Amino acid sequence: MSEPIRLEYTVPGDDFARAGEASADLKATLKKLGVPAAAVRRISIALYEGEINLAIHAGGGNIDVAIGDEDVEMVLSDQGPGISDVEQAMQEGFSTASAEVRSLGFGAGMGLPNMKRYTDEFHIQSTVGVGTTITMRVNID
Amino acid sequence: MDQFVHSVTLETRLCNGCTNCIKRCPTQAIRVRGGKAVIEAERCIDCGECIRLCPHRAKRAVSDPLALLGHFEYRVAIVPPSLYVQYNHQKNQDLVLDALCRAGFDDVFEEAAAAELISDATSRIMATGGAARPVISSACPAVTRLIRVRFPELIDHMLPLVPPMELAARMAKKTAAEKTGLPEEKIGCIAIVPCPAKVTMRRAPVGSSRSALDGAVSAAEIYPKLLALMDGSRTPPHRASAGAAGLAWAASGGEALCLSGVENHLVADGMESIIRVLEDLEDEKYDQIDFVELRACPGGCLGGSLQLENPYIARTKLKRMQRTAAGAVNRLSGGVPTEMLWDTDLTYAPVLELGATRVERFERYNRMQTILKTLPGLDCGACGAPSCEALAEDVVRGAAQVSDCVLLRCRQLEARLRSKERKGGAGE
Repeated sequence: MSEPIRLEYTVPGDDFARAGEASADLKATLKKLGVPAAAVRRISIALYEGEINLAIHAGGGNIDVAIGDEDVEMVLSDQGPGISDVEQAMQEGFSTASAEVRSLGFGAGMGLPNMKRYTDEFHIQSTVGVGTTITMRVNID
Repeated sequence: MDQFVHSVTLETRLCNGCTNCIKRCPTQAIRVRGGKAVIEAERCIDCGECIRLCPHRAKRAVSDPLALLGHFEYRVAIVPPSLYVQYNHQKNQDLVLDALCRAGFDDVFEEAAAAELISDATSRIMATGGAARPVISSACPAVTRLIRVRFPELIDHMLPLVPPMELAARMAKKTAAEKTGLPEEKIGCIAIVPCPAKVTMRRAPVGSSRSALDGAVSAAEIYPKLLALMDGSRTPPHRASAGAAGLAWAASGGEALCLSGVENHLVADGMESIIRVLEDLEDEKYDQIDFVELRACPGGCLGGSLQLENPYIARTKLKRMQRTAAGAVNRLSGGVPTEMLWDTDLTYAPVLELGATRVERFERYNRMQTILKTLPGLDCGACGAPSCEALAEDVVRGAAQVSDCVLLRCRQLEARLRSKERKGGAGE
């Protein structure tokens, strides 16, 4: 067992041009580290969805990644508005994104469901007015 | 190792150790060591990007000499559609094909004819779900090699068909053997090639265990010979066997246009653009695309680094030629024949990984981060690596030293002089 490799990213709010940088950087790092390609793909897709959510809904946030021997853990935290009904937010197609955001091809209501689908573990903790923390884990063995 | 045979090489005498090539290599395969560029064989995909941009003409493609024709009793030229439009005033393919026959070839076989069959086969494979969607074209060998070293998740999306040049050689060899009664080894199928990736394809094919090609002659090299043999007053015999569809393959977008029943396709050319597309395809960012055509050279094969004509002018000439040609002349009669299919699995070559074992990769990564913090972060290339990160990676791989950083050495020297000055000042 070696110490996990830790990476930190800051996602700015409402900056669509930069959303995707963290997942692209993580993907390149995982490839260098020889993480199996199928796991890299799942991690990269899940994190990209998370980045977009941070940019659209939360006014930005932070991502902490820990790459271990057996899994990759990603913690996305923000001080955004929070989600009032998490169960509803997890449903495919449910979205609170503005028409403007939707016109850009985002906000289809697939973000959270996809994050859950592509990861082995998914936890979401949200408090209205305080923020949201999402923890995702993908096995790489 | 056969897998890493290359045709891009360095003319050491001409290289002055500048940083142009190391900066633009898509697989970071080049370093400057001891004042000269060095190409790392495992990483090079023969895209020819460095040949195109080297200001000193120190990068070369090692193609076969025309003298190779003397080795065979019967010689067939495998002719790419891009060759016709290197010349001016071509009504159709016949003048160029005639010149080839007068330059020492006994017969010609058009790659464009094979391309039309591949379009047919592609449509069939896609209709039956023979490859994962979106299906990625396998016609450009530099793209196939890039996917092999950088995008393992996309290997299953590759169209499992040999490129038109290879199919043309296989068909030409069979036809020539039937026609002459000669054994296959006495028949030479020699391709005229627009790029180094296609030279390599003959020597180390990807997807096929062996190539039917016996040689690859550079388009730039044969250009003046053919020009001298073109006689406008002569009516060349009619040899053209491909239509506008096959000719279209010379330019980027041509392959995708020829597919019937495939509505949504994506076309990209030039290394930077195709890497962006492949990154996004890997992340499943597009969900409504059926077919992806990628070409390493800007403009497609017309932009190959062994071509002479400006690719945009060549494209205009190609369009004019297509207008007077028939549509698609060659069609598959039965199913997809096995000679068109890959016979070898394409496997991921993890040359960009940091080490052989997970422990080694993690340890090297951590050391890399520590080294990176000490480097200036200017990515100047003066150390011979394309970026500070690449230098840090070379250091942990044991191929370079932190002291190769010119700026760091300058700063250390400066600090030493300053401290000496101070000490000297205190002594007075």
